[in-house]
Amino acid sequence: MENPVEEIQTPIRLDYQYTAGEATARFLRGLKQGRILGQRCPSCRNVIVPARGACARCGVATKEEVELPDVGTVTTFCVVHIPVPGSAVKPPFVCATIKLDGADIGLFHLVGGIPPDQVRAGMRVKAQWKPREEWDYTLENILYFTPMDEPDVELDDPRSSAHA
Amino acid sequence: MRDVAVVSFAQAPNVRNAGAMNEVEILMPVVAQALEKSTLTLQEIGFTCSGSSDYLAGAPFSFVMAIDAIGAWPPISESHVEMDGAWALYEAWVKIQHGAADSALVYSFGKSSPGQIRDVLALQLDPYYMAPLWPDSVSLAALQARALLESSAYGEKDLAEVAARSRRNAQSNPKAQLAGDFDLAALLAEPYLVSPLRKHDCPPITDGASAVVLAAGDLARRICERPAWIRGIDHRIEPHALGVRDLTRSPSTELAGEKAGAAQGPLDLAELHAPFTHQELILRDALGLKEGVEINPSGGALAANPVMAAGLARIGEAASRILSGSANRALAHATSGPCLQQNLVCVLEGE
Repeated sequence: MENPVEEIQTPIRLDYQYTAGEATARFLRGLKQGRILGQRCPSCRNVIVPARGACARCGVATKEEVELPDVGTVTTFCVVHIPVPGSAVKPPFVCATIKLDGADIGLFHLVGGIPPDQVRAGMRVKAQWKPREEWDYTLENILYFTPMDEPDVELDDPRSSAHA
Repeated sequence: MRDVAVVSFAQAPNVRNAGAMNEVEILMPVVAQALEKSTLTLQEIGFTCSGSSDYLAGAPFSFVMAIDAIGAWPPISESHVEMDGAWALYEAWVKIQHGAADSALVYSFGKSSPGQIRDVLALQLDPYYMAPLWPDSVSLAALQARALLESSAYGEKDLAEVAARSRRNAQSNPKAQLAGDFDLAALLAEPYLVSPLRKHDCPPITDGASAVVLAAGDLARRICERPAWIRGIDHRIEPHALGVRDLTRSPSTELAGEKAGAAQGPLDLAELHAPFTHQELILRDALGLKEGVEINPSGGALAANPVMAAGLARIGEAASRILSGSANRALAHATSGPCLQQNLVCVLEGE
């Protein structure tokens, strides 16, 4: 075809008043105060974090709030060697699922303060918070989780847990 | 064909703004109520299907988040349509017809308040020629209304009568958003919003959700005293380019009604998904509804228009009148797209 039209521009912009939802709003308000809030399912009794207002397994509303400590155990992790567009975090960095003490659901975050090749599943970690004056309604208030001076723990076999 | 029935229906209160509640939080109690009425648990349900659009609340993958509201564990058989929940119900009905399930949970939800719904709906138009002009949904409906008024015996008074009757009927619907007694002359004295449409000719902006449980044959009879049997269901689509359609008629509704067997018996009522007053007139004509057929006893979409859920609510409202025994044969209609582009007709009967 002669003279193909290869590009047109049709800009689309829509503005929304974002609704976090009641449970997520409580979770985000907690973070701004440096607190990590989960919820306990009335049916399976699991503690879910971040709080979502529902137990994804049981499909029931969760109301009971449970404040969790900022310490936990790495259950699984990966080392990222490629840069993430728009991210200030430079590779290599470690993404991990961290089961906070008292929670039944792993929280997704970074592990830092340790060379990536030394991160282990079962490693005990603690949140490294940003300075208090920088806290906002975001999990980014926590820079990363950093190793604690504690021995590694044996991971539960998920196949033997209550959910199986 | 298997006998498939609506055995329960639940809906959220239709409100202008559900406030701090997100779509999942609006939906959760509705699903729980529909399941409870059906006596089935989610694990006993054979298939789950939902209808919603992320563009409404501006929340990506809202339909995936909605899975949290129902509890997909152990994993369930599930599907989603980016359409009104009436089409999710159609998919569930097909699934039951071909024997893959004996029951289905169908739900839909829409929170329109976070965005500008008139602009959001422009994005369902052809993306090259139409959408870049941002024709809003009310203006497109007004083009259709003008075409109808110019080519038929209908006048603006007929439009106002539809609005007045809808909101009068809505007085007996505790879930309706707009209800009341409105004086016809007063309505006609109101200024135009987008001529020839006045505010009362347009639907309210609504946050809401609906859920329906379907069951086949003996299961339906076992769990429900008086199932609302789906005797026919069909949907048809017209070309998307508005210029190639005759906007004053709805041939897709006509054909869907015919395929669904709408005229094969007397109807007690029809729940028509007509967000704009003139669209009810077009639909009534397309379906050949006779005098004596009660139109939108719930108040219809002019009393509450939760986008993505309003069509499923029409099926639920029609079915609930059969479930309660106050009607024996009912028609439910759902629409999608600009100016009644796509239409679904469902005919429901008692035993």
